[in-house]
Amino acid sequence: MPPARAVLAVVLLTVALALQVTLMSRLPLPGATPDLLLLVVVALALAHGPGFGLVCGFGAGLAVDLVPPADHEVGRWALVLTLVGYLAGMARDQTRRSAFVPLVVVAVAGAGSVLAYAGVGALMDDPNVTWGAVRSLLPTAVVYDVVLSAFVLPAVLAVARRAEADQAAFA
Amino acid sequence: MNRDTRRTRVLLALLLITSIALITIDYRGGDSSPLDGVRSAAAAVFGPVERVAAAIASPVSDAVDSVGSLGDGRDEAARLKRQNQELKRRLRTGALDRHRAQELDDLLHLAGAGRYKIVPARVIAIGTAQTFSWTVTLDAGSRDGLRPDMTVLNGDGLVGRVKTVGPSTATVLLAVDPESSVGVRLESTMEVGFTTGHGAHHDLDLQLLDGQSTVERGDRLVTFGSQGDMPYVPGVPVGSVVSVTGTPGSQTRTAVVSPYVDFTSLDLVGIVVEPPRADPRDAVLPPRPVSPTPTPTPTVTVTVTPKPGG
Repeated sequence: MPPARAVLAVVLLTVALALQVTLMSRLPLPGATPDLLLLVVVALALAHGPGFGLVCGFGAGLAVDLVPPADHEVGRWALVLTLVGYLAGMARDQTRRSAFVPLVVVAVAGAGSVLAYAGVGALMDDPNVTWGAVRSLLPTAVVYDVVLSAFVLPAVLAVARRAEADQAAFA
Repeated sequence: MNRDTRRTRVLLALLLITSIALITIDYRGGDSSPLDGVRSAAAAVFGPVERVAAAIASPVSDAVDSVGSLGDGRDEAARLKRQNQELKRRLRTGALDRHRAQELDDLLHLAGAGRYKIVPARVIAIGTAQTFSWTVTLDAGSRDGLRPDMTVLNGDGLVGRVKTVGPSTATVLLAVDPESSVGVRLESTMEVGFTTGHGAHHDLDLQLLDGQSTVERGDRLVTFGSQGDMPYVPGVPVGSVVSVTGTPGSQTRTAVVSPYVDFTSLDLVGIVVEPPRADPRDAVLPPRPVSPTPTPTPTVTVTVTPKPGG
């Protein structure tokens, strides 16, 4: 793994996580919170493939599980985002075919992350996970993530490619 | 790493197994999980980052508005436009400051009425809705005297309780979280029960322990007070009954309670670091709104006396 990529990923994910808890969750929106961190994981996976994507997903998920105000079992978001990173990375080659592919990937990741996280919670009898709560989160999560991805995906992909180009120029 | 190779799949399996192992360890550990140390280390490291991010993010709407004023300013019109926007921004910030001052005023009033010794703090981070739990992070921690299981309130009433504490931050479990169960007492009677939450956008559920108790719409609730005043000190206003469900005579009576605190826009809160010496009972509740009693309209009879010589 070239170091520039890894450093860039750590910086992007840290900034995304900080903005996620201080800004995104404060937005007066009904239902879900726009998931900036999920979008950065998806973007990094689309830029560099499933291997890189799953490592980014695991790191980002573990961070969400640990930093305040987390109050759930450590590992729940790590599990979900590892899968998101891996599966989004698998779609990388498809993105060259159509511009709609990244949007589909984001929509599936948004819905899938809510369902997978709730599923793990249901297995542990988490009293907060109810069918009503899932139903109210699911549609808004998909809509917010798709809208936000229109800004986040191109930005992260451009930064990632630029970093690659600089790396290549130095080598 | 770029392709879905055998190595990638081994890595995937490895990280998934690690995640499941962590979940299992933390779940089995319960309240004294071996991962609590890692959690507080993360709070110590990332807490200051959140404080900085919150400081940058809170006036972000102001910043977005003033981006339009970043012109070159070569001509007079652009300069005046910029000046105008700067003044508008200051006016808005002034309103924000006044709002904060009012919140602090309310908080101090409530703390004074209940004789609670409080430490004020601001909400800097809120948990993502997709995590299904209702928790917030405050910019005060163990350095400010905070400990787990302290009561958190604001100028309107009960906010929640401190769950975990880092050096400079603390995480609060809100009273609207389904895991929160708050012991409450009806105003003026000694009827006791407990409330449970369904998230910030829903009202609280009240269960009264005595099936015979009389509860009516508009009845107000204060905290009953936990044993040793942890996690809830007595006398904090919780909310008022909006509807009563269930029939009298059943095992328990249930009602729906509208909380006094608006959990969707929390900002300034106080943490009770020292409970009152005596239960403040209903002293903290705001005075009941005076219902407009029909005042007799005085009938004024004016007798016009012709002025002499008029």
